[in-house]
Formats: sequence, structure tokens, C-alpha cells
Amino acid sequence: MSDLSIWLTIIFLGIGTYLIRYSFIGFFADKELPDWLLRHLRYVPAAVMPGLVAPLTVWPEATGGDPDPARLIAAAVALFIGAVLRSVLGAIFGGMGVLYLVQYLLN
Amino acid sequence: MSSTRTAFYHGILAGAPFLLMAVPFGMLFGLVATEAGLDIFQTFSMSVIVVAGASQFSALQVLVDGAPFYIAVLTGLAVNMRMLMYSASLAPHFGKAPKWHRMIAAYFMIDQTYGVAILELDKNPDQPVSTKLAYFFGAACLIFPAWYGSTLAGVLVGAAIPPEYALDFVVPVMFIALVAPSLRSLPHIVAAFVSVLVSLSLSWMPFNLWLMIAAIAAMIAGAETERRLRARL
Repeated sequence: MSDLSIWLTIIFLGIGTYLIRYSFIGFFADKELPDWLLRHLRYVPAAVMPGLVAPLTVWPEATGGDPDPARLIAAAVALFIGAVLRSVLGAIFGGMGVLYLVQYLLN
Repeated sequence: MSSTRTAFYHGILAGAPFLLMAVPFGMLFGLVATEAGLDIFQTFSMSVIVVAGASQFSALQVLVDGAPFYIAVLTGLAVNMRMLMYSASLAPHFGKAPKWHRMIAAYFMIDQTYGVAILELDKNPDQPVSTKLAYFFGAACLIFPAWYGSTLAGVLVGAAIPPEYALDFVVPVMFIALVAPSLRSLPHIVAAFVSVLVSLSLSWMPFNLWLMIAAIAAMIAGAETERRLRARL
């Protein structure tokens, strides 16, 4: 990736995100979001992030794209801690901790 | 003490606990961006200009995958679409404020400031606009500097960590950690499941197109599940 594409990403993502934030407190201050749109927006995080993460988890680049037991277990632990304990930081540290532990045990 | 000032201090207190999340998350971004090849100025600029961690990580990941910049931008914006909801639900509270106040408030709208503010504003909807904005800005005034600073700290720490620490996997683990607590209802779980299934089966597509398709399919699946569950009640 080039310096130019990095800067273009930063600037356009910044402008676009600002416009999303400003939308209803600014441009459309007297309008309401229709129900069907609200219903779809509610699922944006759950729709984008799992899809982003799935290929990285199943075919990690660090192993040349081969499934890696340590990483799969770490992902499962992070999912479990996050879903059950509702703790974002707990899931990050738990997942990475298990990854190091399993890698250590397997090597 | 004026009510505006009191509201500002109350906002600071309500926002403070979120430093526990913002600081490690900002450090992680500094670290991951450095690993991905961004220099310190680019990394810092991204945190200051975009100020939306999950979208920064997503856009960065798409760039690392070799996609053109506009795909990275679209992916990041897709992640940030949830802020349309935030903006819409803050509109009845901030709508009467001077335009330049609202323009500044928009910059400070993130998950944490929104979450903190909307609780208080919905509880006490009859306060003057200036009091409401003061509370909102109070909630932002520790988190934002902490986000900038921790990004810088992450860059400096990241440069010192050797590659055998499998830091490549911090990104997947972090996204899982971010989304897992929100999988609290059947429609959310359906959306996540469809997203994973579609992205894995279409991952041969170029330019991260698979992610766009997976996200749209999953969003529709979640919304449709919700609609049907409601219809049954």
C-alpha cells in the first residue's frame, strides 16, 4: 500500500464519518429515520465485523493461509468471554493469552 | 456554579470510566497501524481525523489486504453507519443549538460519548440545550485526549515488540471482542452467522467485495429476523 492510498483513506474516511455524525443533528435536524432503516442499522456492527474477521481467523496470513489450531482456539475463547462476560478487554486479553499458551504448549 | 458548568463536570465523571477501554484500544491501534506500515504521523492523523476505532482497524485491514483506497473507505464507512442512529437520536436534544455548536458536537460523537449522553438526556429531556451540550462535551473531554495520546503510545510500544508475538492475530481477536457482547439477541446472532458464512464462501472475490456482500446480506438477515419475531408476538 502506498503513502498516497493511506492518506486518501484517512481523509475520505474522516470526511465521510464526520458527515454521518453530522447528518441528523445538522442537515436533517427536523427529520426522523424511517423504521425499516433503523431496523437495518441496528445490525450493522454484527453484520460487518464477523465477516471481516472470519477469513483472517480461518486462513491466517501468518501461517501462509493454513488453518492454525492455536488461532482457532484463541478466537473461540475471545468469542466466549465476550459473549458471556460482556467484557471487551477481557475477551482481547483472554484470546491473546490463550493464543500464546497454546502456541507454547504445541511447540 | 452555573448549571452549564455543573453539567460539564457531571459529563466528565460519567465519561471517565470509559478511559479503561479507550486507552488500551488506542494503544492497540497505534501498535497494529505501525505493524501494517503506517508511520507515526499517519497513525496519529487517522486517530485525530477519523476518531472511530473499529472503522480505523477495518479500513487498515482492507488496505493491508491490497485493496484500493476507496474500498478501504467504503468498509470503514460501513462500520460507522451505526452513527446515523446516534445522530438521529441526539437530534431532538441538540437540534435547537446554534449551528456551529452542532458542527463541533458532531466531531465528538463516538460510541462512548453517545452512550453516556443519551442516558442522561432521555432521563432529563427538559434541560436547556446549553446544559445538554455541556454534559456531552464533558463526556468527551477526557476520552478524546486519551484516544490521541494512547495511539501515540501504541506506536512507540509497537516499534519495540518483536514479530514472534503473533500480533497479526490481535486484529481478529479484537473484532471478535468488540462484536461478541452485542450478540445478545437472536437477530444479532443470525446476522453474525450469515456474515461469517457469506464472507467465507465468497472470499475468492477481489477487492474485499465479499465483505460488502456479506455485510449487506447479514444486515438484511438480522432485520428480517427481527421483523418476523415481532410479527409472531
